[in-house]
Amino acid sequence: MQPRTRRGYEGVAVATPVTVPYQRFSTRGAHWFIGRALLALLRESGLSKEDVDGLIVSSFTLAPDTAVGVTQHLGLSPRWLDHVPTGGASGVMALRRAARAVQAGDAEVVACIGADTNHVDSFRHSLGSFSDFARDASYPYGAGGPNSVFAMVTAHYMRTYGARREDFGRIAVDQRANAARNPNALLRKPLTLDEYMAARPVAEPIHLFDCVMPCAGAEAFLVTSESRARAMGVPHALVLGAIERHNAFAEDPVMVRGGWRVDRDDLYTQAGARPGDIDFVQTYDDYPVIVMMQFEDLGFCEKGEGPEFVRAHRMTHDADFPNNTGGGQLSGGQAGAAGGFLGLTEAIRQLTGAAGERAVRDARLGLVGGFGMVTYDRCLCTGAVILGRAA
Amino acid sequence: MTTPPMRPKRKNPVLRTPQVNLPPGARGRVALGLTAAASEGRFELQTCEDCGAVQYPPRESCARCLSDSLRWRRHGGAGCLLTSTMLRHSNDLFFRERLPWRIGVVQLDAGPPVIVHLHGRVGDAPARVRVGARLDRSGQAVLIGVPEEETVEMADDPKLREMTSDPRFRNVLVTDGKTAIGQAIVKAMVDAGAERIWVGIADPWKKLPGFERIAALPQVSPVPLDLSDGRSVDELAGEIGGKVDIVVNDAEVHRTFGISSRRGTDAARAEMDINYFGALRLAQAFGPALRARAADGIAHATAWVNLLSIYALSNFPPHGTFSASKAAAFSLAQCLRAEMRPAGIRVVNVFPGPIDDEWNQNLPPPKLAPSALAAAIVRALRDGVEDVYPGEVAQEWLERWRENPKVLERELSTPGH
Repeated sequence: MQPRTRRGYEGVAVATPVTVPYQRFSTRGAHWFIGRALLALLRESGLSKEDVDGLIVSSFTLAPDTAVGVTQHLGLSPRWLDHVPTGGASGVMALRRAARAVQAGDAEVVACIGADTNHVDSFRHSLGSFSDFARDASYPYGAGGPNSVFAMVTAHYMRTYGARREDFGRIAVDQRANAARNPNALLRKPLTLDEYMAARPVAEPIHLFDCVMPCAGAEAFLVTSESRARAMGVPHALVLGAIERHNAFAEDPVMVRGGWRVDRDDLYTQAGARPGDIDFVQTYDDYPVIVMMQFEDLGFCEKGEGPEFVRAHRMTHDADFPNNTGGGQLSGGQAGAAGGFLGLTEAIRQLTGAAGERAVRDARLGLVGGFGMVTYDRCLCTGAVILGRAA
Repeated sequence: MTTPPMRPKRKNPVLRTPQVNLPPGARGRVALGLTAAASEGRFELQTCEDCGAVQYPPRESCARCLSDSLRWRRHGGAGCLLTSTMLRHSNDLFFRERLPWRIGVVQLDAGPPVIVHLHGRVGDAPARVRVGARLDRSGQAVLIGVPEEETVEMADDPKLREMTSDPRFRNVLVTDGKTAIGQAIVKAMVDAGAERIWVGIADPWKKLPGFERIAALPQVSPVPLDLSDGRSVDELAGEIGGKVDIVVNDAEVHRTFGISSRRGTDAARAEMDINYFGALRLAQAFGPALRARAADGIAHATAWVNLLSIYALSNFPPHGTFSASKAAAFSLAQCLRAEMRPAGIRVVNVFPGPIDDEWNQNLPPPKLAPSALAAAIVRALRDGVEDVYPGEVAQEWLERWRENPKVLERELSTPGH
């Protein structure tokens, strides 16, 4: 049952997108990346630590610490604190929670930080203990990690809707073209569709360029009121609508749609916009099939039309349907939970004139998708945000 | 596709014996319900007593009605393969050594979608399959999807073979060949395609009925083995320990006494000396060698079979001291299993009811024929089962014991039972 009305996000701004440059591997801990991110937030905004009265953190490698440990580690004393251990959905979820805190007056400036380190063997170690269900019912089956789950999701989608590998290739290839103009992307070497097709199989039908490269890094932004952002004099974008949904469509034996579909009408209603009004999208791109599902489930085309949609559109920053304008995680690297913040920092940059040579021309409305937590056979968390250029 | 395994080539002694890597064996407590059923060869899923929902993965509550009245119930496993992938990469050493590895999602007809290993003969999705639960080499249950139509060569699938201990091409030690049981086991192992069978004889000078016929089989070599003598056990282990793939410890002493029916401890001591200490001597001598060879080619060391007794669960007073020795042996076998599991060696415990031999002469039927016991052991090895209760009496006792061990104790202590 849908609630009849949702309060909007009027008066909430997002500002100072920061990225702690990604590294394939790091000997530092997650605390280091969070510290670098916070320092960058303060430098870019001109605020002091005392001005930041809200903190929300997402990180896998922070364990056994949570956000509260970060306060002592970094000498903060916020009056509002949250921790969102939801990976690829954590950026959208952090923004939603921070926005409500600001609207309610529980905090004035909330630092939202997604950060993870990546030691040489840490990815493998995280897999078998990722969730109860992963330990009991998916990891013992070949220990492929998310690759194996999304290979099966992809194969099923291809069989059901007639998608071909080339269709997913278009997504990856265009994102790589965007990454070429993003100095922080780890993978910037141009990628052709032939190279995509010829890549080595990882978990069929998933091949090398369908997979993200785990790395270390951080993404962060501030959430505050529009008036405070203006007073601070920082470039900012406005939150126009935001949704999340968890464990949607549990009855689908294999995932073919995501929770975005359940709440998307509310999202567009909040934002006073329609899919056709959106100037760019930052989809959550753990695998191209999930990008394609977001095109469908966020209303850019109907279910099953994803393959046709990507054949009919180019997705580079300068094309008719800009998607993941900084290269996304497929070309940028996946810095753990920071991957859930990447679309938001990129969208804020696009809407504040900070996207440099990958800027989407006249971008006024951007949509960001979040998707996270493959506890068993699919990701459970979905979210989406529409951001608008400040007047 | 499934190709039958070839007889392994002779081992090159210059090459290092590969060490074993096991698949991921961590499970939560609730998920061990799957393992408990699979250890007896059953596929069971959590079923809600209140709303009837069948769910997987196992949970602490019903995901439909939130009831915590969840029972493990037998499931037929019929379903449809919806999607699959051929893994070319794995984060785990066990699978890395066996790539490519195919898994899939099966929608069970009467239940949830499940991630399964796929038998080599299962075709592309959509395809009808049958899902079963097996113990993998870590000793934990996994689900495997096999073709709906069973075929003879089905067991040759390398994935299934990894989860079982098929005697085919393997070297077996049967610790006692003097009894009808031992001879039936040797015969069954020959029929199952065992490469070589050593059969222990404690008193080689004795002329044993039926033994010559067994010893004449080309696969069979009689060896001196007296489990009551540590030196005898050690000597044999020194000679063949590095070649044995399956140990079947069938040696037992069985006298029909309670406490007051015979003065003194000599008979009880003899039972303990073979049934308990003999098992201990054997495990100390042969255990390390088996553990070291758990990845030695396709016919690697694989299993250890203990002949216990259903009396190990609850004392049968007319055979009171024998029951006690088997209870001790059972407890020791659990210890052995705990020590062998990290090496990927399966410990199979067999709990027969009364066997049709001279020591159960005055027990009424039904009694288990030695050949039926031997067949049950081979079947357990082939099916990858680790607890076997062969025969009607054992099954009935087990059911009663599970229902209420105290009630069974009273029943067994009632004269004329």
